[in-house]
Amino acid sequence: MSTAPLRLVTEQDHGVRFPEISRVPAVESETQLRGLLASLSGVDAVGAEARAAKLATRSIKKSTKLAAIDLAISMVDLTTLEGADTPGRVGSLCAKALRPDPRDASVPAVAAVCVYPDLVAHARSVLGGASVAIAAVATAFPSGRASLNVKLLDVREAVAAGADEIDMVIDRGAFLSGRLGQVFDEIVAVKESCGRAHLKVILETGELVTYDNVRRASWLAMLGGADFIKTSTGKVPVAATTPVALVMLEAVRDFAESTGHLVGVKVAGGIRTSKDAIRYLVLVNETVGSSWLTPDRFRFGASSLLNDLLMQRLKQHRGAYVRPDEFSGD
Amino acid sequence: MSDDRLDVRKTYKLLINGAFPRSESGRSYEVTASSGDFLANVAQGSRKDVRDAVVAARAAQAKWWGATAYNRGQVIYRLAEMAESRRAELADHVASAEGVTRGVAEATVARSIDRIVWYAGWTDKIAQVFGGANPVAGPFFNFSLPVPSGVVAVVAPQDSSLEGFVDAVLAPVAVGNAVVALASERRPTPAVLLGEMTATSDFPAGVLNILTGLTGELTPTLASHEDIDGLDLEGAASQADELAASAAGSIKRVLRPRGPGSDPTSLRRLRAFVETSTVWHTIGQ
Repeated sequence: MSTAPLRLVTEQDHGVRFPEISRVPAVESETQLRGLLASLSGVDAVGAEARAAKLATRSIKKSTKLAAIDLAISMVDLTTLEGADTPGRVGSLCAKALRPDPRDASVPAVAAVCVYPDLVAHARSVLGGASVAIAAVATAFPSGRASLNVKLLDVREAVAAGADEIDMVIDRGAFLSGRLGQVFDEIVAVKESCGRAHLKVILETGELVTYDNVRRASWLAMLGGADFIKTSTGKVPVAATTPVALVMLEAVRDFAESTGHLVGVKVAGGIRTSKDAIRYLVLVNETVGSSWLTPDRFRFGASSLLNDLLMQRLKQHRGAYVRPDEFSGD
Repeated sequence: MSDDRLDVRKTYKLLINGAFPRSESGRSYEVTASSGDFLANVAQGSRKDVRDAVVAARAAQAKWWGATAYNRGQVIYRLAEMAESRRAELADHVASAEGVTRGVAEATVARSIDRIVWYAGWTDKIAQVFGGANPVAGPFFNFSLPVPSGVVAVVAPQDSSLEGFVDAVLAPVAVGNAVVALASERRPTPAVLLGEMTATSDFPAGVLNILTGLTGELTPTLASHEDIDGLDLEGAASQADELAASAAGSIKRVLRPRGPGSDPTSLRRLRAFVETSTVWHTIGQ
């Protein structure tokens, strides 16, 4: 198989213009933080939705589609976050993460597996030193309703068990009632407890009500030291949407242009089809540029998406529609 | 009514998953009566409509087969009731599509509705007729049970726009399959009308999906689609060999065209998309 280099760009590459001096502003007080977030301009909601809808109409076909599918596979955080998770299920998930299609070695491995903290040790024993990272949802996922000490212990134990990435949830109750300092301090404290592990901050945009809040929460998380900002837990009815992702990507772009610091974005929840995934890739490319089209800067949190990507990939190669049960459920 | 009233023309649409969408492609094509007069603009389905219909059929099939045979019979009988009250409209379409007299068309419609009732009656008799208890040398029962193939694609007959369509489509539905049917290319409107009637017949969404379009364009997609379990090629006689070869790639059951004049009381179609499941059971006390 030969695939053309990925080229989703049709206008110009909307690259980030980095500042001459890289510096993330130090936050010294809640008042200063509040002022900083208040200085962000409001989001044009109609404009954001229209732009996201417009970009969703872009048609990606043939070899570009194949390249986009492979890129999307390499960006998947293969996720199982069920109360009924067992070591066996996590084991098969890890095997699938390493070799998504057992018959085809040209399919790339996914970026990471994403599990509850108590299953990190088992995932580590299966994956060993493989390139697939282990992400753990910590800090009283998904509600985030626990004391700071409990959250930090959750994080430390997950990291000690071998997690490479920590997906934390912010305290939405505190954010919505205006206790921004508390949310910020928690992110800083969790970042510190992560040690070498990467920190993804889940904003749970479905509970933030407005795009303005999404923009402010994105900045707050990035100022607090997030390596990634993530849309959703997947546990509330409204998960990732393209306008929300657009707002977050714009925040990431603005943050990079003002501080020189690059933050990734993870969209999670409700992304089930290759078509959805490719729409997000177009959005990334057109908002922050192709330098974000890498698993280090963009991720899909998903479980059933991977099978659809594999189905579409096989369909492109075989020229016929494929049975969904060609691929394992977990 | 004044003469300057504008015509309210009907759009003939697809039936996918219980809804009536236009083709995903946005295309339509012109259907003429046998006299050559304009009859209707009909949706010209694309391979993506096939894909959507198969997804719907697959999702619906387990529940359709899981329903009691009695209930399936009631649903199909309900379709006959709906067709009965729209006999005149069906007859108009059959007459103009097939170029037959009004009297012949009415007789065709009557036979078609009787045929629906016939299939409704079959739903709870399949197991007795096609299944059985097998003699074994041991303290066991051994049963052969007919189970549906799954998702069946039907290329409906090109000439017999209603009677042939009913026969080809309802036989696999009666035995528990979900169907993706491709209506006659030049005579699709009676099939579209019948599809509209299923919307008021308690047919679960997705059990019967009806596409219209160019036979030569859509049949290769139906034949190669790996999530289709059976393929009736009645309306694709000229392509049957190559389509059957393509269908072999995913080990589909293929029903070869028999052509006009086949015996209407034959069980061939009922048998065509049924698998036999063999079950052992201990003899209890």
